[in-house]
Amino acid sequence: MQSKFEGRYAKNSQMLSVDEVAHLHLKKVCVIGCGGLGGYIIEMLGRIGVGHLTVIDGDVFDVSNLNRQLLSTEYGIGISKAEAAGTRLKTINSEIKVTAHTVFVDEKNVNALIQGHDVIVDALDSIESRKWVAKACTELSIPFVHGAIAGWYGQVSTIFPGDNTLEKLYHAQCGKGDEVQLGNPSFTPALVASIQVSEVIKLLIDRGDVLRNQVMHIDLLCNEINVFDL
Amino acid sequence: MQIKVRLFATLRNGRGKELLTELQENGTVRDIIALLEIPETEVAILLINGRDGTLDRPLLETDVVSIFPPVGGG
Repeated sequence: MQSKFEGRYAKNSQMLSVDEVAHLHLKKVCVIGCGGLGGYIIEMLGRIGVGHLTVIDGDVFDVSNLNRQLLSTEYGIGISKAEAAGTRLKTINSEIKVTAHTVFVDEKNVNALIQGHDVIVDALDSIESRKWVAKACTELSIPFVHGAIAGWYGQVSTIFPGDNTLEKLYHAQCGKGDEVQLGNPSFTPALVASIQVSEVIKLLIDRGDVLRNQVMHIDLLCNEINVFDL
Repeated sequence: MQIKVRLFATLRNGRGKELLTELQENGTVRDIIALLEIPETEVAILLINGRDGTLDRPLLETDVVSIFPPVGGG
């Protein structure tokens, strides 16, 4: 790979081989949501050099996002989250392709938005929209890396087409989780996003273990990180 | 019979991490959450002996029930 920033990925070796870094550059990943989780996920996928990133969010930044959303700034209140993600990616890695969609994912548009990607990453904030995306991922045979946060707590799971993981993670019929009462701080999204990105990279290079039919449950209040079989 | 129940995240508030609940024979997780005053909408992940379970499965004295509330933010 010719690069005017030769050595950009030097600090990824030896954990990633030269071939794996080149392989990541050929891959296309879609991140749905550019808020708390999405801001960190997009940053990490861009820096590691995933070749084409699609970022989707119909929302604009609000003052209440400043406590945790990496892409939000005091100067950017009211601007599109997806556009901010696209702008950020261009400044940290101009050698990758970026497609930004300022649109909310729904049952009707989801298939068209995610088609053609190698992995879809969940940075959504509603359980219902996660279920739409998981269904579309099954229809299009794309793996889906789920992540969610609520206050001190978070969870990650990697869902392959046809797995009914979300039904096991959300037995109760509810649109939102405990984040409605707890809110979300600065550190939980960063941690959960890191684990999601690690799952994405392992899927893309086909190496290591992923959280398929498992959930990693994180409790930062009690310092408990557990992986449960589902 | 006594059933061991493990609670996670906010379900621990006022209840603790792990407790023994007294159930009648053929009691279910639905009976446990009623006893512990946990709304059904707060049961997101439900594991019986470390595997995905249901609210209505009759429990045995050796069973361990784990309950997690919904985490849905992003």
